[in-house]
Amino acid sequence: MSASADTRHTLSVLVENKPGVLARIAGLFSRRGFNIDSLAVGPTEHPEVSRMTIVVNVEGSPLEQVTKQLNKLVEVIKIVELDGAASVKRELLLVKVKADVEARSQVLDAVQLFRAKVVDVAPDAITIQAVGNADKLSDLLRVLEPFGIRELVQSGMVAIGRGSRSISERTLRPVPIPAPPAAG
Amino acid sequence: MSEQMTGAQSLVRSLEAVGTEHIFGIPGGAILPAYDPLMDSSIRHILVRHEQGAGHAAQGYAVATGRVGVCMATSGPGATNLVTPLADAHMDSVPMVAVTGQVGAAQIGTDAFQEADIRGITMPVTKHNFLVTDPAEIPRTIAEAFHIASTGRPGPVLVDVAKSALQSMTDFVWPTELALPGYRPVTRPHSKQIREAARLILESRRPVLYVGGGTIRAGAFRELRVLAELTGIPVVTTLMARGAFPDSHPQHLGMPGMHGTVAAVAGLQRSDLIISLGARFDDRVTGKLDSFAPGARVIHADIDPAEIGKNRAVDVPIVGDCREVISDLVVALKAEADAGHTGDYEAWVDFLAGVKKKYPLGYDTPADGGLAPQYVLERLGAIAGPEAIYCAGVGQHQMWAAHFVGYENPNTWINSGGLGTMGFSVPAAMGAKVGRPDATVWSIDGDGCFQMTNQELATCAINDIPIKVAIINNESLGMVRQWQTLFYNERYSNTDLHSKRIPDFVKLADAYGCVGLACESPDDVDATIHKAMEIDDVPVVVDFRVHRDAMVWPMVAAGTSNDEIKYARDLAPKFDDDADLELRP
Repeated sequence: MSASADTRHTLSVLVENKPGVLARIAGLFSRRGFNIDSLAVGPTEHPEVSRMTIVVNVEGSPLEQVTKQLNKLVEVIKIVELDGAASVKRELLLVKVKADVEARSQVLDAVQLFRAKVVDVAPDAITIQAVGNADKLSDLLRVLEPFGIRELVQSGMVAIGRGSRSISERTLRPVPIPAPPAAG
Repeated sequence: MSEQMTGAQSLVRSLEAVGTEHIFGIPGGAILPAYDPLMDSSIRHILVRHEQGAGHAAQGYAVATGRVGVCMATSGPGATNLVTPLADAHMDSVPMVAVTGQVGAAQIGTDAFQEADIRGITMPVTKHNFLVTDPAEIPRTIAEAFHIASTGRPGPVLVDVAKSALQSMTDFVWPTELALPGYRPVTRPHSKQIREAARLILESRRPVLYVGGGTIRAGAFRELRVLAELTGIPVVTTLMARGAFPDSHPQHLGMPGMHGTVAAVAGLQRSDLIISLGARFDDRVTGKLDSFAPGARVIHADIDPAEIGKNRAVDVPIVGDCREVISDLVVALKAEADAGHTGDYEAWVDFLAGVKKKYPLGYDTPADGGLAPQYVLERLGAIAGPEAIYCAGVGQHQMWAAHFVGYENPNTWINSGGLGTMGFSVPAAMGAKVGRPDATVWSIDGDGCFQMTNQELATCAINDIPIKVAIINNESLGMVRQWQTLFYNERYSNTDLHSKRIPDFVKLADAYGCVGLACESPDDVDATIHKAMEIDDVPVVVDFRVHRDAMVWPMVAAGTSNDEIKYARDLAPKFDDDADLELRP
C-alpha cells in the first residue's frame, strides 16, 4: 500500500467472457512477477465481453511490458489505461462496527458525513456500506476504527472514463479465415 | 453443409480439413473414441513409445516443413507427458497443435481416473489452449487452434476434448470465420519505422545484423541475403537462426552469445547499431545485460510486440513479419542507394574480418590419439552436406554441432534453444524425417540426452523412418561437467554416466532393429559416416566414443559481461577497436 501514485496504474481490460480467462490473467501476472493491487471482474453491455479493472503496481517491470504481455493473451480484446483526472474510480466497502446504544449516534454521524449507508443493525453493531475512491474509504475507516471494527470486506476498484465515448466500440469484428485446403 | 456424426468423427474430419497429414501420438482411455475414425482417415498416425516423443516429433516435423506439427495423447499422464514439448515449442515459437482426450464432461473436477487439468497446467507454456465439452464446438476449435498456432509468432496450442464430446452425436459444420476478437497479429511493418531504421543504418559506422529464429520462421532467408549483400553489413546468427544465412558467406561472423565466436561477440559488443531481426536479446546472447553492446543503438524488428524493449531499450521498434520487414528495408535502402546514400562500414568490416581471422573456431586434438568431438561434427557436416537436416539435443554436443557442422540452408538445423530440453534430438529427428522423407536426417545427440528418449528408435524402425543418430559419447553430462571443471574445482558430482560401458549403444541399436556402429579413432570417422550414409532402409546409430575432457570454447561465463569472453581456457581475446589483436593471458 506504500506504492507511490506513479507506479500504480488502472487498466480496463476487455476480455472474452469464457471460462478460464481470470486464471489466465492471474497466472500471467504471477509468472511474470507483476503486482496486482486490486482486480474486479464483471459483465459489460456486450454479453460476450467481460471487463476487468486491474490496478497494477509496476515498480520494477514497466507498464508497457504488462500491457504487451496481456495483449498477447488471445482472449484479451482490448486494454485501456484510465488516468486519474479523466476517469471515475470507485470501490465498495462493507464494514461491521461495534455500536451499542451509547456509541450508535456517533457512528451514525460518521456515516452521514461520508455519505455512507447503514445496511444492517444489530443490538451491539451496525453494518455500513460505503462507496468511493480509495482515499475516501480509508478516511472513513480511520474515523470508524476507535469504535471497533468487527469485520470488513472491500471490493476491487472499478473505473470508467469520463465523457461520452465507450472503450468497447468496434472490438468484436470476426476474422474471416481462408478456405481450408481440400481434405485428403 | 452439415452432417451428422460423432464428435470423434468430427474431430478427425476437422483435422483433415486443416490439412493434417501426420499425427504423432499414443491412444488411451479418454482419447480412444478419436482413434477409431482415425483408422479410416487419410491422416497417417505414427504410434510413438512415449508422449514426449510425440510432442518433439511434432516439433521436428513443424520446423523441417514449416507446417503445423500435430500430436495426440490421452488424458492425465498422457497429457502431462506433453508438457515438456509444449513448453519447448512455446520458447522456440514452433507451430504445433496437441490434441488430448479429457475425462467425460460430467466427471471433470471429480478427480476421476486419469484426470488432470491439462488446460490449467499448460496455460503458461502454450500460446493458447482450449477445453471442449460441446461436440458442436470441435470444428471451430480445431480451425482456431491451427490458425493461432501458425500465424503471428507461431507457437503451441493445446485442444483438450472431453470423452463425452467425442462420443456424442453432433452436426459437423466447418466455420467460415473465426471468433477471435482479441487475436490480430500485426505483420505489416510501419513505413515510418522502416524509414527511420534506414536512416540509422546509413548513419551508423559499426552496424551488425543480429539475426534470430524469427527470420527462419518467417521464411526470410532470401530477403536476408539480399539485405546483407546490398549493405555489406556483417551478420551474426543466433542458435535459433543457424542456417538463416550461409556459414560460408564472408559477411557471416558466426553465432553470438555464451558460446559464440569471438568475431560475433565482438561484433555485437563493439557495434554502434544492432539491427535485430526476429531475435529476442536472450540472456544467453547478451551475457550480463547492462554491459551488453554499450555503444549500440538498437533497431528491433519482431512480430511479437512484447519482445521489443523487453530486455534492451530500443531506438527504432518495428512490429512485423521479418520477411516483410526485411523486404521493406531493402526497398528503402535501395532507394537511398539510388540517391547516392550508402553506409560507410569499411573500417568496421575490416576490423571484424581481422578478429574472425585471428580467432577462428578451433579445437585441440587430444594428445592421446583419442577422438575430438568437434572433428566428428566437422566431418559429419562435410560428408552429409548442407542439404541434410541436423537435430541436436542440449549440451556440449549441441554447441559443437552449432559451430562445426556448417549450415547453408534454413530449417536444416533443429534444436531446443530456449527451454534446453535434453532428449529433444531423436524424436525431433523422427518428426523431421516424416515431414521430409527425401532428406537425410541426422540426430546429433549426447550420451546423456540419448538415454532420455531413445525408445523412439523402435518407432523409427517399425514405421520406416530411417533417421541416423550420431551419439557424441563422452560418458558424461558433458556441459555440466565442463562447469564443474571451470567453476567447481573439478569436483565431478553426479556427471559421470559410464556410458562407454553401460549401455552398449551398438547392442541397443541392434535390439531396436537399427544398425549400430561404433567409432573411437579419428582414422575411422570418415569410413563410419560413409557407412551410415549408405544405409537408408533402417535407422542407424553411431556411437562416437569421444575424448571426455573436450570443452566448448569460446565461452562467456554465466552472469558475466561478453567482454569477458574466453577463447580457450585462460585465454582472453583482445578486440578493442584501436588496439592490436593480441591475446592477453
